[in-house]
Amino acid sequence: MKQEIIIAGFGGQGVLSMGKILAYSGLMDDKEVTWFPSYGPEQRGGTANVTVILSDEKISSPVLDAYDIVIALNQQSLDKFSPRVKPGGILIYDTNGIHNHPTRDDISVYPIEAMEATMELGNPKAYNMVVMGALLEAMSYKLPMENVVKGLKKSLPERHHKLIPLNEQAIEKGRTILKN
Amino acid sequence: MEIKEIIREENKVYSTPQLLDEVDMHYCPGCSHGVVHKLVAEVIHEMGLTEKTVGVSPVGCAVFAYNYIDVDWVEAAHGRAPAVATAVKRLWPDDVVFTYQGDGDMAAIGTAESIHAANRGENIVMIFVNNAIYGMTGGQMAPTTLIGQKTATTPYGRRVDLNGHPLEITELMKILDGTCYVTRQSVHTPAAVRKTKAALKKAFENQLAKKGTSVVEIVSTCNSGWKMSPEKANDWMVENMFEKYPLGDLKNI
Amino acid sequence: MKGEVTLMKGNEAVAHAAIRYGCDGYFGYPITPQSEVLETLEALMPWETTGMVVLQAESEVAAINMVYGGAATGKAVMTSSSSPGISLKQEGISYIAAAQLPALILNVMRGGPGLGTIQPSQADYFQATKGGGHGDYHLIVLAPSSVQEMVDFVGLGFDLSFKYLTPAMILADGIVGQMMEKVVLPEQRPRRTDEEVKKQCPWAANGRTGMRKRNVITSLEMEPAKMEVNNHRLQAVYKEIEENETRWEEIGVEGADYLMVAFGSIARICDKARELAAEKGIKVGIIRPITLWPFPKEAVNKAAEGKKGILVVELNAGQMIEDVRLAIHDRLPVEHFGRLGGIIPSPTEVVEALEQKIINPTKA
Repeated sequence: MKQEIIIAGFGGQGVLSMGKILAYSGLMDDKEVTWFPSYGPEQRGGTANVTVILSDEKISSPVLDAYDIVIALNQQSLDKFSPRVKPGGILIYDTNGIHNHPTRDDISVYPIEAMEATMELGNPKAYNMVVMGALLEAMSYKLPMENVVKGLKKSLPERHHKLIPLNEQAIEKGRTILKN
Repeated sequence: MEIKEIIREENKVYSTPQLLDEVDMHYCPGCSHGVVHKLVAEVIHEMGLTEKTVGVSPVGCAVFAYNYIDVDWVEAAHGRAPAVATAVKRLWPDDVVFTYQGDGDMAAIGTAESIHAANRGENIVMIFVNNAIYGMTGGQMAPTTLIGQKTATTPYGRRVDLNGHPLEITELMKILDGTCYVTRQSVHTPAAVRKTKAALKKAFENQLAKKGTSVVEIVSTCNSGWKMSPEKANDWMVENMFEKYPLGDLKNI
Repeated sequence: MKGEVTLMKGNEAVAHAAIRYGCDGYFGYPITPQSEVLETLEALMPWETTGMVVLQAESEVAAINMVYGGAATGKAVMTSSSSPGISLKQEGISYIAAAQLPALILNVMRGGPGLGTIQPSQADYFQATKGGGHGDYHLIVLAPSSVQEMVDFVGLGFDLSFKYLTPAMILADGIVGQMMEKVVLPEQRPRRTDEEVKKQCPWAANGRTGMRKRNVITSLEMEPAKMEVNNHRLQAVYKEIEENETRWEEIGVEGADYLMVAFGSIARICDKARELAAEKGIKVGIIRPITLWPFPKEAVNKAAEGKKGILVVELNAGQMIEDVRLAIHDRLPVEHFGRLGGIIPSPTEVVEALEQKIINPTKA
């Protein structure tokens, strides 16, 4: 198993922390993991992206130009990364604010209404976990939910642990919207 | 009377301090450093601190202080003695640590390290020999060189418009909350020597009492750099230096 | 503290590794992209547990001189910074090397010259391996390619540094510093007691316990004849290090037609490029110098045997390539591929560079 994933969007959408929770979940599932962010001023306000690799084997490059899974959370990221999905790979994007939709037919494309689903949950901070739910559902590698919860616990500071049930709920919501 | 009848213990009026090596110093005849070294050696010995003292020597004439005073030494890069001493003291809090710095080391290239070590209240003694000139490199201007004073780099006298003002670093040290004792002394008379020794002793006592940074400035002569006889240099110091750098305690908490 | 498997950034991992190694003191000054080292140490408060001293100095210059002071007393001390800050530390590093003191210096390289950029770079290779400061000296230079190696090289760096009384540098790039990976933290080692330090480092200046002869830590010697002896003593140590401590990693060198030489995280990008090249039927091996000084010249020379060409991939304009050319006595085509200014090459770009520069070089 090896999953090469990039999550890209606006700074503030929880891109880096989603990557972190994903990486921690992989760690809890006994996988090799790397998490490599775009860092510095470019992460403030502008676009942010993070490459997460989960693998049974030792991971080579933390920096990639082709991905098994691309998650694009704004138009800019969709334009930049949709051509970089490996043939047969997965593209998940939030339709919110998207006017140019991807046209590739050699990959699985999952448009999701994550923002809308998050609003239904009533807490905008759960947005990235809704997206994470969609990702967990779409991935061929089935990350056990118990390890995702462990990952959440590891990556969230203690004072935020009360939010874990909400995050679990958001992940479930994300799974559902992908299935539909 | 035979000479050996005179050389007896009961006739002894002076002996070399135990921690001062019996070697020829490289200092010029008339230089203040020798006297200051002697006092430092005496104070460390008399206070019983030999086994736990670490000195940090500067770049400048006193670079070879480690060749004369019989304690452990670290020779620092120019201006960095307070940074070196900071680490030594923090890593060996039971040791007694002092820096020995000249005016270039303390008030020019090492201003940042000196001010910040004192501002942190590092529990060290900073001994500052101010002779208003760069002796070792051949008599160039120091930050403490007086207005009008001739040096190799101010051959027509220091000018405010060209070289700025003499820096009163010790006055700066006084206003820092980290310093507990800031004093200015000299060693040009036996009385002054005794006072300086008392000041050094107090500074080391402060360290044992964990009171913070003690700064002991010693206004000194550099007769070679000043191009004067030792005696004239003493007079010149009294007449010119003491006005800008008045002696006495600036702070004593 | 027991050994622990966790996920963290290279910079954070260094802080944990330093504490667990039993490091006595860290002295640093913030600069991106390595400030997490000091931040993590301040957050972990090791002075409450192991007794390790942590101090934010007033400058990089002060920090390296604190390291000099701490090292002079026999304690295991370190600093970290990034390129411009490492430039400021060079005088102190030269003193530490000259005085034959153990110390660990981490450089998480960013793009230069000048203030440059905060993005990753490997442009301080020359500075780290060819001197950096003044005078004839060397550092033991370790180039980590993973967060795990960031951890491991803290221990290795200190061990080698104490063994040879030569400062060691971990030359990392911003990628390794900022990347999070699975990492195994070692078990807590107790810090040496003061008595143990005095026993292990009888040369150290920490007080004349038992009225022993005084110890003086200095790099000054006014007599040329004696200074030459001092220099020869340093050179003899460097020779010993070259003989015993050269480290490298080889990936698929046997049976390959081409060779890539890369260090740090770039070697991993090359490894991915190697996979991509294999899909195209191109057989390329990788040699990754782990010690940049001493450079594994014999290993590179041996790996070059029977190859058609060598591509040196670096995040700079061509620095390690000089050592590669010297190592193989210029008997093969050696070309450089590098991105500058903080741009990281992708694995595909590396394959393209291999094809264009080595396999099918276009005639100028």
